[in-house]
Amino acid sequence: MKAVITVIGKDRVGIIASVSSILAESNVNILDISQTIMQDMFTMIMLVDISKACVGFNDLNDKLEKKGQELGLSIRIQHEDIFNSMHRI
Amino acid sequence: MLTPFEIIETIKMIQEENLDIRTITMGISLRDCSHPDGNIARQKIYEKITRLAENLVKTGEDIEKQYGIPIINKRISVTPISVVAESSDEENYVKFAETLDKAAETVGVNFIGGFSALVHKGYTNGDEKLVKSIPLALSTTKKVCASVNVASTKSGINMDAVRQMGEVIKDAAQLTAKDGGLACAKLVVFANAVEDNPFMAGAFHGIGEPECVINVGVSGPGVVKKALEKVKGADFGTVSETIKKTAFKITRMGQLVAQEASKRLGVDFGIVDLSLAPTPAIGDSVAYILEEMGLEKCGTHGTTAALALLNDAVKKGGIMASSYVGGLSGAFIPVSEDAGMIEAAMKGALSIEKLEAMTCVCSVGLDMIVVPGDTSAETISAIIADEAAIGVINQKTTAVRIIPAPGKSVGDLVEFGGLLGSGPVMSVNKFSSSDFIMRGGRIPAPIQSLRN
Repeated sequence: MKAVITVIGKDRVGIIASVSSILAESNVNILDISQTIMQDMFTMIMLVDISKACVGFNDLNDKLEKKGQELGLSIRIQHEDIFNSMHRI
Repeated sequence: MLTPFEIIETIKMIQEENLDIRTITMGISLRDCSHPDGNIARQKIYEKITRLAENLVKTGEDIEKQYGIPIINKRISVTPISVVAESSDEENYVKFAETLDKAAETVGVNFIGGFSALVHKGYTNGDEKLVKSIPLALSTTKKVCASVNVASTKSGINMDAVRQMGEVIKDAAQLTAKDGGLACAKLVVFANAVEDNPFMAGAFHGIGEPECVINVGVSGPGVVKKALEKVKGADFGTVSETIKKTAFKITRMGQLVAQEASKRLGVDFGIVDLSLAPTPAIGDSVAYILEEMGLEKCGTHGTTAALALLNDAVKKGGIMASSYVGGLSGAFIPVSEDAGMIEAAMKGALSIEKLEAMTCVCSVGLDMIVVPGDTSAETISAIIADEAAIGVINQKTTAVRIIPAPGKSVGDLVEFGGLLGSGPVMSVNKFSSSDFIMRGGRIPAPIQSLRN
């Protein structure tokens, strides 16, 4: 199963490092990563494979959310189908 | 591969523009719960609902987390109770409502619909008992919603039922006087009621429906409003296209959630209802969409045309996004549940007469309208008759959910709380319709009914 992780907020040192260390701990593979500045906001989008993850989806979600609060960013993980269903026929 | 722009667009719709799945409603047939002994019937009802809907709320929450889309309500609709309770020898059905309330409480849903009767051509014994039980049932329960279908294009308007519903509404308001007549907010009088509507208060599980089914209602007035802000001043072709594209995206999300919920619960997927349903939250208003089109205030001249365009474009955009579309599917205009409508009514831009015209071109009807507490039962019946006539002649669903708030008069604001919002008391015509309502009988089915 693939999921999309989005990080939105003010740019700072170590965002990718902290997110990817959580993913590594959870055995989640990063398939693609892109970052850009959109309307003055740092925006990072990751496509990840969670089929071999060693933690459940909800736990991973909680971990990322907690990290986001620490860093003052919004971090969310969503099943990729929500985007596919909206933007692809 | 998805582009960052697409991903951010979806997230913005959810975070900033109030895009959500309004409701996942599980329809449950209770036809096999009838029993001559009311206690046994109620036992069967309670067991069946709590068995089938045991995981409904949890499943909804899991989907919410996994896809990152809020699912506001998880609800249940059941077979009209008049059908289920009819075999029992009991004289009133309030206890059945209490059982529904208890079952809803146990499984954690916020509303359960189906304390209903279909009387468009006449009453059975069970229908009569149910309708009489409505005021007490709605004032002693919290989560139960009631509806009565009094007219259909095929059979005309049952004016005896229309007359009685005026009295039922007055009684229900009186019994919940200290809450502004709250019971009436849970009671819908229909013409051409649909069997698979997932929205409350009018949801019930129709006779032609399967054993158990999942229906989903989407929402997103805020998203449509934002999309229209980007095409300010453009012609109506552009407006319509913009709404269609937005409705398509919203509905695709509903379709995804509906399929996922039905798979996880092991229950048939019924329909996605394409309605635009407002909430009292700022930025989640249908009225603001109409105003975005260029009307100074919702309710002014041009409102009906704007709403017609909106309603049509939502359907055109949504229909291709879902494999099965049903329910009410149109824009809702509940006054107390829409920040823009409340504002328009308070400023005097929006009247009941205008709302009546608007119901000709959109989903449902006079919805969540508060009128003075001294409005007579006959006047309420006459308002119902007018709406029913619009539905019957135009072969569409219409409904009346009206609250004669005890002790309140024009200009007051009645607070219902939560999704039901707060309604400004609107004025009704002061001339009597009493002799008209007292005639009784049936208004025959119109010529439109003869289609064979």
